[in-house]
Amino acid sequence: MHLHHDDAFPDSHVHGPAGSAGEGPDGRRRALRIGLGGPVGSGKTATVAALCRTLRAELSIAVVTNDIYTREDAEFLLRQAVLPADRITAVQTGACPHTAIRDDISANLEAVEDLQDHLGPLDLILIESGGDNLTATFSKGLVDAQIFVIDVAGGDDIPRKGGPGVTTSDLLVINKTDLAPHVGADLEAMARDAKAQRGDLPTVLTAVKTAGGITPVADWIRERLAAWTAGPA
Amino acid sequence: MHRAALLVLADGRFPAGGHAHSGGAEAAVTARRVRDVASLREFCRGRLHTAGLVAAGLAAAAAAGYDPLLLEEAADARTPSPALRQAGRRLGRQLLRAARAAWPSPELDALAAARPRGAHQPVVLGLAARSAGLTPLDAAYAAAYESVSGPVTATVRLLRLDPFDATAVLARLAADLDHVAAGAAEAAQRVPADGVAALPAASAPLLDITAEQHVMRPARLFAS
Repeated sequence: MHLHHDDAFPDSHVHGPAGSAGEGPDGRRRALRIGLGGPVGSGKTATVAALCRTLRAELSIAVVTNDIYTREDAEFLLRQAVLPADRITAVQTGACPHTAIRDDISANLEAVEDLQDHLGPLDLILIESGGDNLTATFSKGLVDAQIFVIDVAGGDDIPRKGGPGVTTSDLLVINKTDLAPHVGADLEAMARDAKAQRGDLPTVLTAVKTAGGITPVADWIRERLAAWTAGPA
Repeated sequence: MHRAALLVLADGRFPAGGHAHSGGAEAAVTARRVRDVASLREFCRGRLHTAGLVAAGLAAAAAAGYDPLLLEEAADARTPSPALRQAGRRLGRQLLRAARAAWPSPELDALAAARPRGAHQPVVLGLAARSAGLTPLDAAYAAAYESVSGPVTATVRLLRLDPFDATAVLARLAADLDHVAAGAAEAAQRVPADGVAALPAASAPLLDITAEQHVMRPARLFAS
């Protein structure tokens, strides 16, 4: 009979090596896990691709994609050759991308475990959500921090509308700023609204496909990784 | 024991990966064999009395304390489709993670150590029920119900079926569920004397064939 589980519940062994515990099975600090969410077409996959190109020389990286009904995102990353094929894996989400990153993270945790089993110790795992809506957020059992990617063409009122992704993500990326004059988006208003919604949480306005456009996002990840590596296992 | 643990285990929100699987419903919808409430009802009845009955027998035997590794072999023997073996083990691995958090036990730890890539889902389900202090009949109910609740939920999404009609399909299967669970638990009682051959081995060849076709499709919403 199991009547007194409470004392055992936070035990990392219960959740296995890929749970929210900071230490891997070898006692080494496990890879930092960053989630990337946001609406369809805002540039999540482009952000992942640019991050891999920028950081792959200095870090051991792997990627998990959560495609809605194909392997499009995983295959885009493979075609772009941003990482070797064995560093990219795709998870299927049964028509509910937000469930796979928040309510039932088991398939994503399994993908993370498999990558670690095959590749050995990693520094960084990027987990890209399927394109969803403004309410998509990642479970703390799956990621250590989350980036929310929106774009100026999706409407410059999105930061004002808020929602969990805009309001609570650890980094808000407002992408495709180069399109602002073409779609009549007011970048200053977007930055102001984001600040009002997010308080001290950082926001980046950029165009990740342009030269140097990924730099502020990559720098933010470097900072998170430094803090993570220095933290208690 | 606390009987209410069965509600936790059988809850569709139990985080064990089931939401990404349709139990063959997506393949049936694609082939237009399932296209409305009536055909969903027939699909579920068929699945319950074949794959559901087999799963319930394995779960009941695992809950009774029968060697899970021998039940693994019995599950393989009853699962000719490689795609379904793989899906079953993947779901079993995910269920094992959730079950070890919910009802930690040396038996679940031992199975995880012996089968790090996952054991068949019904075997894990039975062992999870055992760890929760539930009976073999409870485990059989959970397995039987899951064999139809997953396809119904998936079909609501795939065909935009009226969710009230779809839930009524499950409700009307209650007598069948009672029958299947009781038969599975009764078969599990004979395992100590007769071995795993006592467990149900009803097959659904169309589910096996379409499962193989499904994994080859480039665009699909559900993993199985």
